[in-house]
Amino acid sequence: MAVAEAANKKKRKKSKRYKHAVWVDRGDGIVTKKFKLGKKPDKTSLGPRPLPGPYKPPAPKPAQPMGVYGGTFGRVQAMRLLNRAGFGPRPGDAEKLAALGLREAVRSLTRPSGAATLSGPAPTDSDGEPIAPSDAYGHDHLWWLDRMVRSNQQLVERMALVFHDWFATSNDSVDHQQRLIDQSDLFRAGCFGSFRTLLENVTKDPAMLQWLNGIENRKGRPNENYGREMLELFTLGADRGAYTEQDVREAARSLTGWRADYDDDAGGYVDFRYDANRHDNGSKSVFGHTGNWGWQDICRLAVEHPLHASFFVDKLWSYFVPQAPSTSTRNSLIATYRSNDFAIRPVLEAILMHPDLYLGPPIVKPPVVHNAGLLRALGRHIDDDSWIWLSEQAGQLLFWPPNVSGWDDTRWLDTSRMRARWLVTTYALEGRAFDAWEGEYEETEEPEPAMDLALSAYGYPPLRSEQYNELLRLARTALDGSSADWQQGPYRALRQNALLQLLGVSPDLMLA
Amino acid sequence: MSGHDHSCCNNYTRSQLLRGAATSAAAEAGRGLPAIETGMPTPAGTGLSRRSFISRASGLVLAVYGASRLPLGVLEEGIAQAATPERVIVSIFFDGGVDSLSLLAPTGDPRYAQLRPNLALSPTDGTAFSEDDRLRWHPSAQGLATLHGEGKVSVLPAIGYDGANQSHFTSRHYWEIGEVQVGARTGWLGRYLDQVGDDENPLQGLSMDGSLFPSLATASKPVAAIDSVDGYDMWSHVDDPIEGRMFESFKRIGSAASDSPGMTQVRRATKQTNALREQLGAFDGFTSPVAYPNGSFPHRLAGLAAMLDAGLPIECVSINAAGAYDTHSDQAADLPRNLERTCDAVLAFQRDLEARGLQDRVLIQMWSEFGRRPEENDGGTDHGAAGCSFVVGSKAKGEMVGEFPGLASLDEDDNLVHTTDFRSLYSSLLEQWLGVDAGPIIPGADGFPRYALLKP
Repeated sequence: MAVAEAANKKKRKKSKRYKHAVWVDRGDGIVTKKFKLGKKPDKTSLGPRPLPGPYKPPAPKPAQPMGVYGGTFGRVQAMRLLNRAGFGPRPGDAEKLAALGLREAVRSLTRPSGAATLSGPAPTDSDGEPIAPSDAYGHDHLWWLDRMVRSNQQLVERMALVFHDWFATSNDSVDHQQRLIDQSDLFRAGCFGSFRTLLENVTKDPAMLQWLNGIENRKGRPNENYGREMLELFTLGADRGAYTEQDVREAARSLTGWRADYDDDAGGYVDFRYDANRHDNGSKSVFGHTGNWGWQDICRLAVEHPLHASFFVDKLWSYFVPQAPSTSTRNSLIATYRSNDFAIRPVLEAILMHPDLYLGPPIVKPPVVHNAGLLRALGRHIDDDSWIWLSEQAGQLLFWPPNVSGWDDTRWLDTSRMRARWLVTTYALEGRAFDAWEGEYEETEEPEPAMDLALSAYGYPPLRSEQYNELLRLARTALDGSSADWQQGPYRALRQNALLQLLGVSPDLMLA
Repeated sequence: MSGHDHSCCNNYTRSQLLRGAATSAAAEAGRGLPAIETGMPTPAGTGLSRRSFISRASGLVLAVYGASRLPLGVLEEGIAQAATPERVIVSIFFDGGVDSLSLLAPTGDPRYAQLRPNLALSPTDGTAFSEDDRLRWHPSAQGLATLHGEGKVSVLPAIGYDGANQSHFTSRHYWEIGEVQVGARTGWLGRYLDQVGDDENPLQGLSMDGSLFPSLATASKPVAAIDSVDGYDMWSHVDDPIEGRMFESFKRIGSAASDSPGMTQVRRATKQTNALREQLGAFDGFTSPVAYPNGSFPHRLAGLAAMLDAGLPIECVSINAAGAYDTHSDQAADLPRNLERTCDAVLAFQRDLEARGLQDRVLIQMWSEFGRRPEENDGGTDHGAAGCSFVVGSKAKGEMVGEFPGLASLDEDDNLVHTTDFRSLYSSLLEQWLGVDAGPIIPGADGFPRYALLKP
């Protein structure tokens, strides 16, 4: 009896533990509420939510052998994936993606079903009028930027951007916005399929035929432009011993036959077509293969060339991972590419699941990715033409790559482009920044809640400690010496705007 | 690509090499760079004090001082501590491979009309070239012809290198880095700045088209790119007094430690952008003593002259010529238009420098990645090998360097052969104009002859 009583007492004592809520900093930019059992807390109420602390990224690891990333796939990793395989998360996206686990997360990007959905308001110009992508200068840029911001098929848009850079074609000479938009649709449709098919489609694409003089390349009067760049920039690479000057000339002859007519009324070329009479039917020798080759043969010979798969793998990889792959990774990717008949998706999935993407160093976001990412994080949509000139200054006006080799993504950041990213942030904060003089900003806001408010505006991006500490230092010192009553609200609004501005151009938001 | 081998490249393409370069160049700052050796000439501009800066400055800058919201201390730090360089080099790039056989047309060469049935200039077009009666200046290059007539243009009519590469990107890269190999990470002017440049002055290496010119890429010294010469504002939703504190934070963020190559790029760009904001924020609005043609290239040159006149510490400048020169088609229409815009602007720039009394401080070098093939295609010309280059300025010697080789014997790809090497040009410029030994800057410099490019 005494024993039973003692046991009961113990039980009763145990049930006297109290369930109470505490704030937990997950270390990934989010502070969440958790429930704990324990002694009766001194205060029954949960205090105000504390500011999330800085994020400590793991030290980047050297190139890993081919494999699948096996570490934690949480909010931070999902954000990296969304920043590299898309245009960055909207608030909540990273958490949803992380819940799928790595494999399903990647597949949700690489295997979208049906047509893309664009959610949110349709794009307008600064006057609130609908944009005119095929007619108004720069509205083609707005049209695509809007898809980057609103499409639910983020990787399709990102891959279209990859191939826009890969097969870089510019309105500079095509001078036909719709034709370049059509070319980008070709990338959207073909970005996961056979690279050989994509190459064929690009070769006969009107914008490309005009851009690299395919329509001027004819029997007896070869124009080498497309043939050379196809080998050098699209399939094999220069200075690797893959082809000779003679191969360039013979490839150009093989590609003869495409034509179009100049139409004065239309002010440009129309009726792009293949005309067998303009094709050079002589014998051509390309990469040591001799025959009466035509344009499809050259696409095939280039893709089947022993040095193509390595070119393809290296180039595709470099868009997603800044460090070169290890030899074993590279060889595995080459084998994957070849064994899948030059299909893009299997290689892409392997890259997006590779340890190097999650454990390696960060990559600098291209300007348009930074721009779209800010708009997504801030919940903005396209309602301003300024993105046109801002993007030009930031170094990436869509449909206007600098030349046929695309953008030089080793030089995304210099003083001119950095200034433009600053201004992109200024414009992105339009409607999000506070009006210091007309608004009535909270006059007693403390530094920590100010920091929290700024972080919340961007959906709590995880910040590295130097950035975090510097912003907090600014929040704490910005009002030093401002003691007059009239200064309290307005200066706090300016402080908030300064935090928002510095977040937009922070390394954490410019790197992925 | 034919006839010669390349030193690369583990089956790795140029884009990857360059990607690697950018990500690691900064991290490896200084690696492999020669130190300044004793006995080397003192860097140009050493010893000019802030006082001399002010006394040299035009009324414009004094006005800017007065109108500037920047504290004097910032200007003092940013501009005044960097002395005004005594000599400035302006590198103008004909993007795409300008057709030297039109620019300086060999109308007196018997094969010319044969190779160019549609595009050949007639023997009466343009201005005769006084140093070789086979050649004539294109009518649209009259600006250069005029300056040549005044003894201010040294012409290199067939410049190139052995084993000419016909890829835009590879050949341009060689010219940018000052050597014939694929993997280098710094430009030839960048290496010059790495040797003698200032640690804090981004204006010393100035790219004027909105993005960094690879020829100005340094390993460690700051350089700048500007998109416009009309001020360098960085506005935001923040006003005084918080604005100054915000930029102080921006600066500190740029100076924080880096743990990866990408982070290093962001940090450097942040730091240099802020430094440039401090330097150029006050430079806004300028007038020119001469008329320039319309267009962005002339406007940039006009702004450059005004900035030089204002005493801004600019030393090496890179800028794109007007238009593009990859004339695979429509050459007869496109080339004259672009040549004229470029050459007229260069003439106006030279006149501007003369009006401001700056003509002895500035030397222009004009170049392209290659010339074009002597035999035309249907309406244009494909990539070639040797091309032309010009050294322009009051101090230029004004005598042709190397001869025009003629069209009778072409190279194995039917392209023009070169009679001078671009590394000879660079070595001569470095030694004669910039006053440093070319050896540590141009690999193999000892093997390239020097040309007298300047007036004694």
